[in-house]
Amino acid sequence: MSALQKVMGWVDDRFPLTSTYKAHLSEYYAPKNFNFWYFFGSLALLVLVLQIVTGIFLTMNYKPDAELAFASVEYIMRDVDWGWLIRYMHSTGASMFFVVVYLHMFRGLMYGSYRKPRELIWIFGVLIYLALMAEAFLGYLLPWGQMSFWGAQVIVNLFAAVPFIGDDLSIWIRGDYVISDATLNRFFAFHVIALPLVLIALVAVHLVALHEVGSNNPDGVEIKKHKDPETHIPLDGIPFHPYYTVKDIVGVIVFLMVFSAILFFGPEMGGYFLEANNFVPADPLKTPPHIAPLWYFTPFYAILRAVPPMFGSQFPGVVAMGMSIVLLFFLPWLDRSKVKSIRYRGPIYKVMLALFIVSFIGLGYLGLLPSTPVATIFAQVFSVIYFLFFLLMPWYTSIDKTKPEPERVTG
Amino acid sequence: MKRLKNFIFLLAAVPLLAVASEGNIHLDKAPVNLADQESLQRGARLFVNNCLNCHSAAYMRYSRMQDIGLTEDQIKDNLMFAAEKPGETMKVGMSKADAKAWFGATPPDLSVIARSRGADWLYTYMRSFYRDETRPTGWNNLVFDKVGMPHVMWNLQGELVPRYKKEGEHEVIEGLELAKPGSVTLAEYDAMIGDLVNYLVWMGEPAQLKRKQLGLIVLAFLAIFFVVAYYLKKEFWKDIH
Repeated sequence: MSALQKVMGWVDDRFPLTSTYKAHLSEYYAPKNFNFWYFFGSLALLVLVLQIVTGIFLTMNYKPDAELAFASVEYIMRDVDWGWLIRYMHSTGASMFFVVVYLHMFRGLMYGSYRKPRELIWIFGVLIYLALMAEAFLGYLLPWGQMSFWGAQVIVNLFAAVPFIGDDLSIWIRGDYVISDATLNRFFAFHVIALPLVLIALVAVHLVALHEVGSNNPDGVEIKKHKDPETHIPLDGIPFHPYYTVKDIVGVIVFLMVFSAILFFGPEMGGYFLEANNFVPADPLKTPPHIAPLWYFTPFYAILRAVPPMFGSQFPGVVAMGMSIVLLFFLPWLDRSKVKSIRYRGPIYKVMLALFIVSFIGLGYLGLLPSTPVATIFAQVFSVIYFLFFLLMPWYTSIDKTKPEPERVTG
Repeated sequence: MKRLKNFIFLLAAVPLLAVASEGNIHLDKAPVNLADQESLQRGARLFVNNCLNCHSAAYMRYSRMQDIGLTEDQIKDNLMFAAEKPGETMKVGMSKADAKAWFGATPPDLSVIARSRGADWLYTYMRSFYRDETRPTGWNNLVFDKVGMPHVMWNLQGELVPRYKKEGEHEVIEGLELAKPGSVTLAEYDAMIGDLVNYLVWMGEPAQLKRKQLGLIVLAFLAIFFVVAYYLKKEFWKDIH
């Protein structure tokens, strides 16, 4: 027995190290037919780690103080060794997090990854998405530029639209009557510790739930139905490590090339990742002519603006925006199709999914622009399509003509 | 099915058509070239002499100008009027209260002005001052109407006056023309402002040249790593399928 084996044996008697490694990596059997769309889960994990590590280093020089915050960011950009690199990694990472998460969610929609028995994986995933939106929103206040300040003002004011308790609620969130130093301090606390803890915990349960039931695949068939009678290993399953670790490394490199191209050659990404107006220090007395949230929130912002005020209250818009996300939780039970994957679905689902994606992107685009009457009409049409995708799903998925699923995964 | 597909594509394109373009003033393209160190140095001199009396650049250290090819002694002897040590940031003596009283607004800090306004805006703005006796300073600007800032470099550019044209009932400004020449020609003045804007762009992010250099190295490394990883994956996956 080698020294290493002795050490491992000693540890394994006290902690399930080898068995955990086997259960989640070397003997976790994933379907062998993962395609391009299956890179984005591990990439999301990579970006999470990147954000946490760069965030720790930013915190060492950032000052959560309304008088000092803006200057401390410029100090990081100019005087801290490699500070500009760390800051750009963090700001690029924030947007790229949403890019990979949106693609990851789209994969779920295409291949029915939310269907039984993976309902909880999906629900944990939607919770991760919610936590991520909160994390991004809170973090955007920290540079204390004009867009930080007025974006936060607009979003916190949404809570003021809640009937009866709205005003008190928004003051409670801000800790002041306007966005101020008190708000900055508490947003900083939530951004650097509270929500990262929530995110990490949710990612952990997301993965535990996934490894309990096993991964879905582009065919949407269960590989556990056909196991080797002796080894009980799924016939279409391969060990995650080494097969998917070496494959994911290739994905990681391609992703990092895109990431680096943005970070090193256009970190502002034409104003979509870092807005020009956010290089102006926050000024509570000067409202910018046009306030738009960052691109990853604009689909929901467009839904908010598409709903006209009723009884002199913006609340219906806020409810619609909230519902547009809450509906995601019910997806596993709204879908009544006999098959999971888009490969075997009928034409109706394909059309509905295409309309949904067009509407989501259309809303995202409209949410970036100042509101005009024509734009509002389009936002209303897209919003209706967005909601009908979910609300009509029980009906159209049950009448859709599906093709028969194969027994085993194909290629 | 095909018709439906076309309809979906059409739907995707519609928001682009729906949005009328905003009627912004045309901006001239700024001749930004950060590789041109002499232009950056001329811009730095113009900046220190003309801008730094009222505007600060409070996040910018004098010593950082070594990155554009100047020595510490050159900076100390030629570019530092309001600071003792090269490590200090570019502050101004004028108090905020005074500035507010004199100009109606505190002149903004210029450290990252090129990042918030954009080079083209600055380049056009600095060349668009015109005589307007209705303004307290006697100057107005085509790009920034009723701006508090006077035309600081008027002795160089000279005095421009508006040329009007009739548009229905109203008279609108069609362009500017030179009424009283300055100490340099308009073309020379434009070149000077080009240098100044070049410097402002550099000052907005002094690390940007290093950033792009490093980016090439990182991408080259990733490209090599990709080849290795690709064949590693291929080797492992030989026995699958």
